Amino acid sequence: MYKIAVVGDYDSIYGFAALGLSICPVKNREETREKLRQLAEDEYGIIYITEKAASELGSGLEQYLERALPAVIQIPGVSGNTGAGVVGVKKTVEQAVGSDILFGGVGE
Amino acid sequence: MAAKQVNPTRMELTRLKKKRLTAIRGHKLLKDKRDELMRQYLDLVRENMEVRKIVEAGIRSANRNFVIAKAGMSEAALNTALMAPKQEVYLEAGEKNIMSVDIPTFEYKTRTADENDIYSYGFAFTSGDLDGAVKSLADVLPDMIRLAEVEKACQLMAAEIEKTRRRVNALEHVIIPETEESIKYITMKLDENERSTQIRLMKVKDMMLEEAHHYSEK
Repeated sequence: MYKIAVVGDYDSIYGFAALGLSICPVKNREETREKLRQLAEDEYGIIYITEKAASELGSGLEQYLERALPAVIQIPGVSGNTGAGVVGVKKTVEQAVGSDILFGGVGE
Repeated sequence: MAAKQVNPTRMELTRLKKKRLTAIRGHKLLKDKRDELMRQYLDLVRENMEVRKIVEAGIRSANRNFVIAKAGMSEAALNTALMAPKQEVYLEAGEKNIMSVDIPTFEYKTRTADENDIYSYGFAFTSGDLDGAVKSLADVLPDMIRLAEVEKACQLMAAEIEKTRRRVNALEHVIIPETEESIKYITMKLDENERSTQIRLMKVKDMMLEEAHHYSEK
Protein backbone atom coordinates (compact mmCIF):
# COMPACT_ATOMS: atom_id res chain seq x y z
CA MET A 1 0.00 0.00 0.00
CA TYR A 2 1.59 3.22 -1.11
CA LYS A 3 0.99 6.82 -0.21
CA ILE A 4 1.13 10.02 -2.20
CA ALA A 5 3.23 13.01 -1.24
CA VAL A 6 3.28 16.58 -2.42
CA VAL A 7 6.49 18.60 -2.12
CA GLY A 8 6.76 22.33 -2.56
CA ASP A 9 6.27 25.66 -0.90
CA TYR A 10 3.48 25.69 1.65
CA ASP A 11 1.22 28.08 -0.23
CA SER A 12 1.15 25.88 -3.29
CA ILE A 13 0.38 22.62 -1.61
CA TYR A 14 -1.65 23.14 1.55
CA GLY A 15 -4.89 22.36 -0.28
CA PHE A 16 -3.78 18.81 -0.98
CA ALA A 17 -3.77 18.08 2.73
CA ALA A 18 -7.55 18.19 2.73
CA LEU A 19 -7.66 15.43 0.13
CA GLY A 20 -5.54 13.19 2.29
CA LEU A 21 -2.21 13.46 0.52
CA SER A 22 0.88 13.93 2.65
CA ILE A 23 2.20 17.44 2.24
CA CYS A 24 5.86 18.24 2.76
CA PRO A 25 6.45 21.98 2.79
CA VAL A 26 10.03 22.82 1.91
CA LYS A 27 11.76 26.16 1.79
CA ASN A 28 15.07 25.72 0.06
CA ARG A 29 17.00 23.48 -2.22
CA GLU A 30 18.76 21.43 0.44
CA GLU A 31 15.52 20.75 2.22
CA THR A 32 13.86 19.67 -1.02
CA ARG A 33 16.64 17.29 -1.92
CA GLU A 34 16.70 15.76 1.53
CA LYS A 35 12.92 15.42 1.65
CA LEU A 36 12.75 13.87 -1.79
CA ARG A 37 15.39 11.31 -0.92
CA GLN A 38 13.56 10.46 2.26
CA LEU A 39 10.21 10.09 0.50
CA ALA A 40 11.67 7.98 -2.29
CA GLU A 41 13.01 5.49 0.20
CA ASP A 42 9.75 5.44 2.07
CA GLU A 43 6.48 3.92 0.94
CA TYR A 44 5.50 6.64 -1.47
CA GLY A 45 4.26 5.68 -4.92
CA ILE A 46 3.77 9.13 -6.35
CA ILE A 47 5.57 12.30 -5.38
CA TYR A 48 4.17 15.49 -6.83
CA ILE A 49 6.65 18.32 -6.78
CA THR A 50 6.01 21.92 -7.70
CA GLU A 51 7.78 23.10 -10.81
CA LYS A 52 9.54 25.77 -8.82
CA ALA A 53 11.00 23.34 -6.30
CA ALA A 54 11.96 20.99 -9.11
CA SER A 55 13.77 23.69 -11.04
CA GLU A 56 15.76 24.62 -7.93
CA LEU A 57 16.74 21.00 -7.64
CA GLY A 58 18.16 20.91 -11.14
CA SER A 59 19.57 17.55 -12.07
CA GLY A 60 18.61 16.01 -8.75
CA LEU A 61 15.42 14.70 -10.32
CA GLU A 62 17.07 12.62 -12.98
CA GLN A 63 17.98 9.77 -10.70
CA TYR A 64 14.28 9.08 -10.17
CA LEU A 65 13.47 8.94 -13.88
CA GLU A 66 14.60 5.39 -14.48
CA ARG A 67 13.23 3.90 -11.30
CA ALA A 68 9.85 2.20 -11.48
CA LEU A 69 8.75 3.76 -8.21
CA PRO A 70 8.25 6.43 -7.07
CA ALA A 71 6.89 8.47 -9.94
CA VAL A 72 8.09 12.03 -9.47
CA ILE A 73 5.66 14.33 -11.26
CA GLN A 74 5.92 18.07 -11.63
CA ILE A 75 2.85 20.19 -11.04
CA PRO A 76 2.41 23.94 -11.30
CA GLY A 77 2.53 25.86 -8.03
CA VAL A 78 0.60 28.88 -6.84
CA SER A 79 3.03 31.27 -8.49
CA GLY A 80 1.95 30.09 -11.91
CA ASN A 81 2.81 27.60 -14.56
CA THR A 82 6.44 27.71 -15.64
CA GLY A 83 5.95 25.12 -18.35
CA ALA A 84 8.62 22.89 -16.83
CA GLY A 85 6.26 19.92 -16.81
CA VAL A 86 5.61 20.23 -20.53
CA VAL A 87 9.33 20.61 -21.14
CA GLY A 88 9.85 17.39 -19.20
CA VAL A 89 7.47 15.54 -21.50
CA LYS A 90 9.20 16.98 -24.55
CA LYS A 91 12.50 15.85 -23.14
CA THR A 92 11.35 12.24 -22.98
CA VAL A 93 10.24 12.49 -26.60
CA GLU A 94 13.67 13.75 -27.49
CA GLN A 95 15.28 10.92 -25.59
CA ALA A 96 13.15 8.32 -27.32
CA VAL A 97 12.93 9.63 -30.85
CA GLY A 98 16.08 11.68 -31.13
CA SER A 99 14.29 14.94 -31.74
CA ASP A 100 10.98 16.39 -30.70
CA ILE A 101 8.74 15.56 -33.63
CA LEU A 102 5.41 15.76 -31.83
CA PHE A 103 5.10 18.96 -29.89
CA GLY A 104 7.66 21.05 -31.70
CA GLY A 105 5.63 24.23 -32.00
CA VAL A 106 2.98 23.60 -29.40
CA GLY A 107 4.95 24.92 -26.41
CA GLU A 108 3.42 27.53 -24.17
CA MET B 1 39.12 -2.69 -41.70
CA ALA B 2 40.43 -5.89 -40.22
CA ALA B 3 41.65 -4.09 -37.15
CA LYS B 4 41.11 -7.20 -35.12
CA GLN B 5 43.58 -10.00 -35.63
CA VAL B 6 41.71 -13.18 -36.56
CA ASN B 7 43.12 -16.64 -37.05
CA PRO B 8 42.46 -17.79 -40.61
CA THR B 9 41.30 -21.26 -39.65
CA ARG B 10 38.21 -23.20 -40.54
CA MET B 11 37.15 -23.38 -36.92
CA GLU B 12 37.29 -19.61 -36.60
CA LEU B 13 35.33 -19.31 -39.82
CA THR B 14 32.51 -21.51 -38.56
CA ARG B 15 32.46 -19.60 -35.31
CA LEU B 16 32.24 -16.26 -37.07
CA LYS B 17 29.51 -17.45 -39.41
CA LYS B 18 27.48 -18.54 -36.43
CA LYS B 19 28.11 -15.20 -34.78
CA ARG B 20 26.95 -13.37 -37.87
CA LEU B 21 23.74 -15.37 -38.00
CA THR B 22 23.01 -14.64 -34.35
CA ALA B 23 23.79 -10.96 -34.84
CA ILE B 24 21.49 -10.67 -37.84
CA ARG B 25 18.72 -12.45 -36.02
CA GLY B 26 19.21 -10.30 -32.92
CA HIS B 27 19.28 -7.19 -35.04
CA LYS B 28 15.98 -8.06 -36.66
CA LEU B 29 14.33 -8.83 -33.33
CA LEU B 30 15.62 -5.67 -31.67
CA LYS B 31 14.53 -3.60 -34.60
CA ASP B 32 11.03 -5.01 -34.33
CA LYS B 33 11.08 -4.34 -30.61
CA ARG B 34 12.17 -0.77 -31.17
CA ASP B 35 9.44 -0.15 -33.73
CA GLU B 36 6.72 -1.57 -31.54
CA LEU B 37 7.97 0.31 -28.48
CA MET B 38 8.00 3.48 -30.49
CA ARG B 39 4.45 2.94 -31.72
CA GLN B 40 3.13 2.41 -28.22
CA TYR B 41 5.24 5.22 -26.85
CA LEU B 42 3.90 7.76 -29.31
CA ASP B 43 0.31 6.94 -28.35
CA LEU B 44 1.23 7.16 -24.70
CA VAL B 45 3.10 10.42 -24.94
CA ARG B 46 0.22 12.09 -26.74
CA GLU B 47 -2.05 11.04 -23.92
CA ASN B 48 0.54 12.27 -21.45
CA MET B 49 0.47 15.72 -22.99
CA GLU B 50 -3.32 15.84 -22.98
CA VAL B 51 -3.67 14.71 -19.37
CA ARG B 52 -0.94 17.13 -18.32
CA LYS B 53 -2.77 20.03 -19.90
CA ILE B 54 -5.97 19.04 -18.11
CA VAL B 55 -4.20 18.68 -14.78
CA GLU B 56 -2.33 21.93 -15.11
CA ALA B 57 -5.49 23.80 -15.96
CA GLY B 58 -7.28 22.10 -13.05
CA ILE B 59 -4.58 22.96 -10.56
CA ARG B 60 -4.40 26.51 -11.83
CA SER B 61 -8.09 27.07 -11.25
CA ALA B 62 -7.94 25.30 -7.88
CA ASN B 63 -5.09 27.56 -6.84
CA ARG B 64 -7.10 30.57 -7.87
CA ASN B 65 -9.98 29.33 -5.73
CA PHE B 66 -7.65 28.85 -2.81
CA VAL B 67 -6.33 32.36 -3.10
CA ILE B 68 -9.87 33.68 -3.04
CA ALA B 69 -10.70 31.49 -0.08
CA LYS B 70 -7.61 32.68 1.72
CA ALA B 71 -8.59 36.28 1.14
CA GLY B 72 -11.92 35.68 2.81
CA MET B 73 -10.61 34.34 6.06
CA SER B 74 -7.67 34.68 8.39
CA GLU B 75 -4.59 32.61 7.76
CA ALA B 76 -4.77 31.05 11.20
CA ALA B 77 -8.34 29.94 10.63
CA LEU B 78 -7.38 28.47 7.25
CA ASN B 79 -4.46 26.59 8.71
CA THR B 80 -6.60 25.21 11.50
CA ALA B 81 -9.27 24.15 9.06
CA LEU B 82 -6.84 22.11 7.00
CA MET B 83 -4.64 20.93 9.84
CA ALA B 84 -6.26 17.57 10.55
CA PRO B 85 -7.44 15.93 7.36
CA LYS B 86 -10.24 13.42 7.70
CA GLN B 87 -9.63 11.75 4.38
CA GLU B 88 -6.60 9.73 3.42
CA VAL B 89 -5.60 8.45 0.02
CA TYR B 90 -3.90 5.11 -0.46
CA LEU B 91 -2.31 3.97 -3.62
CA GLU B 92 -2.44 0.46 -4.99
CA ALA B 93 0.49 0.02 -7.34
CA GLY B 94 0.35 -2.76 -9.88
CA GLU B 95 2.68 -3.60 -12.69
CA LYS B 96 2.04 -3.80 -16.37
CA ASN B 97 4.46 -5.18 -18.89
CA ILE B 98 4.68 -3.41 -22.22
CA MET B 99 7.36 -4.92 -24.45
CA SER B 100 9.40 -6.04 -21.43
CA VAL B 101 9.25 -2.64 -19.79
CA ASP B 102 7.71 -2.84 -16.35
CA ILE B 103 5.31 0.01 -15.99
CA PRO B 104 3.55 0.83 -12.74
CA THR B 105 -0.21 1.17 -12.71
CA PHE B 106 -1.84 3.15 -9.96
CA GLU B 107 -5.19 2.74 -8.42
CA TYR B 108 -6.16 4.91 -5.57
CA LYS B 109 -8.41 4.25 -2.65
CA THR B 110 -9.70 6.66 -0.14
CA ARG B 111 -9.86 5.71 3.50
CA THR B 112 -13.56 6.42 3.72
CA ALA B 113 -16.04 6.12 0.92
CA ASP B 114 -17.82 9.35 1.78
CA GLU B 115 -16.70 11.99 -0.64
CA ASN B 116 -17.65 14.75 1.74
CA ASP B 117 -14.81 13.73 4.01
CA ILE B 118 -12.51 16.02 2.11
CA TYR B 119 -13.93 18.87 4.16
CA SER B 120 -11.96 18.42 7.31
CA TYR B 121 -13.52 21.30 9.15
CA GLY B 122 -16.76 22.57 10.52
CA PHE B 123 -18.51 24.94 8.17
CA ALA B 124 -19.15 27.58 10.82
CA PHE B 125 -15.80 29.38 10.76
CA THR B 126 -14.68 28.95 7.19
CA SER B 127 -15.73 30.75 4.06
CA GLY B 128 -17.77 29.03 1.41
CA ASP B 129 -15.00 29.67 -1.06
CA LEU B 130 -12.81 27.19 0.75
CA ASP B 131 -15.33 24.41 0.15
CA GLY B 132 -15.30 25.22 -3.53
CA ALA B 133 -11.52 25.32 -3.61
CA VAL B 134 -11.14 21.97 -1.89
CA LYS B 135 -13.77 20.47 -4.17
CA SER B 136 -12.05 21.75 -7.30
CA LEU B 137 -8.79 20.23 -6.15
CA ALA B 138 -10.51 16.93 -5.34
CA ASP B 139 -11.88 16.88 -8.88
CA VAL B 140 -8.39 17.07 -10.36
CA LEU B 141 -7.05 14.21 -8.25
CA PRO B 142 -8.15 11.31 -10.52
CA ASP B 143 -6.51 13.05 -13.46
CA MET B 144 -3.41 13.67 -11.40
CA ILE B 145 -3.12 9.97 -10.62
CA ARG B 146 -3.61 9.16 -14.28
CA LEU B 147 -0.93 11.72 -15.15
CA ALA B 148 1.51 10.10 -12.75
CA GLU B 149 0.86 6.71 -14.31
CA VAL B 150 1.20 7.87 -17.90
CA GLU B 151 4.14 10.15 -17.35
CA LYS B 152 6.09 7.50 -15.47
CA ALA B 153 5.34 5.03 -18.25
CA CYS B 154 6.61 7.52 -20.80
CA GLN B 155 9.82 8.10 -18.88
CA LEU B 156 10.52 4.40 -18.52
CA MET B 157 9.70 3.65 -22.13
CA ALA B 158 11.82 6.50 -23.41
CA ALA B 159 14.78 5.08 -21.51
CA GLU B 160 14.10 1.61 -22.91
CA ILE B 161 13.73 2.92 -26.47
CA GLU B 162 17.01 4.76 -26.20
CA LYS B 163 18.73 1.61 -24.98
CA THR B 164 17.20 -0.53 -27.72
CA ARG B 165 18.08 2.00 -30.37
CA ARG B 166 21.71 1.97 -29.29
CA ARG B 167 21.79 -1.80 -29.44
CA VAL B 168 20.24 -1.86 -32.90
CA ASN B 169 22.75 0.68 -34.14
CA ALA B 170 25.68 -1.13 -32.59
CA LEU B 171 24.66 -4.38 -34.24
CA GLU B 172 23.88 -2.79 -37.56
CA HIS B 173 26.91 -0.57 -37.91
CA VAL B 174 29.61 -2.29 -35.88
CA ILE B 175 29.12 -5.94 -35.04
CA ILE B 176 27.66 -7.20 -38.32
CA PRO B 177 30.07 -5.38 -40.70
CA GLU B 178 33.03 -6.35 -38.54
CA THR B 179 32.08 -10.01 -38.56
CA GLU B 180 31.49 -9.96 -42.28
CA GLU B 181 34.86 -8.37 -42.83
CA SER B 182 36.53 -11.09 -40.78
CA ILE B 183 34.65 -13.83 -42.61
CA LYS B 184 35.75 -12.42 -45.94
CA TYR B 185 39.33 -12.18 -44.75
CA ILE B 186 39.39 -15.80 -43.58
CA THR B 187 37.75 -17.14 -46.75
CA MET B 188 40.25 -15.32 -48.89
CA LYS B 189 43.17 -16.46 -46.80
CA LEU B 190 41.98 -20.07 -46.91
CA ASP B 191 41.48 -19.88 -50.69
CA GLU B 192 44.93 -18.46 -51.06
CA ASN B 193 46.42 -21.29 -49.00
CA GLU B 194 44.50 -23.77 -51.08
CA ARG B 195 45.94 -22.36 -54.30
CA SER B 196 49.48 -22.30 -53.04
CA THR B 197 49.20 -25.92 -51.96
CA GLN B 198 47.88 -26.80 -55.38
CA ILE B 199 50.77 -25.07 -57.09
CA ARG B 200 53.29 -26.65 -54.79
CA LEU B 201 51.89 -30.10 -55.58
CA MET B 202 52.02 -29.43 -59.32
CA LYS B 203 55.59 -28.26 -59.00
CA VAL B 204 56.60 -31.34 -57.02
CA LYS B 205 54.89 -33.57 -59.56
CA ASP B 206 56.81 -31.88 -62.35
CA MET B 207 60.06 -32.34 -60.52
CA MET B 208 59.37 -36.02 -59.88
CA LEU B 209 58.43 -36.64 -63.49
CA GLU B 210 61.56 -34.84 -64.57
CA GLU B 211 63.65 -37.06 -62.37
CA ALA B 212 62.05 -40.25 -63.69
CA HIS B 213 61.99 -39.48 -67.40
CA HIS B 214 64.56 -36.74 -67.94
CA TYR B 215 62.31 -34.80 -70.39
CA SER B 216 64.63 -31.84 -70.66
CA GLU B 217 67.49 -33.93 -71.93
CA LYS B 218 65.53 -35.30 -74.85
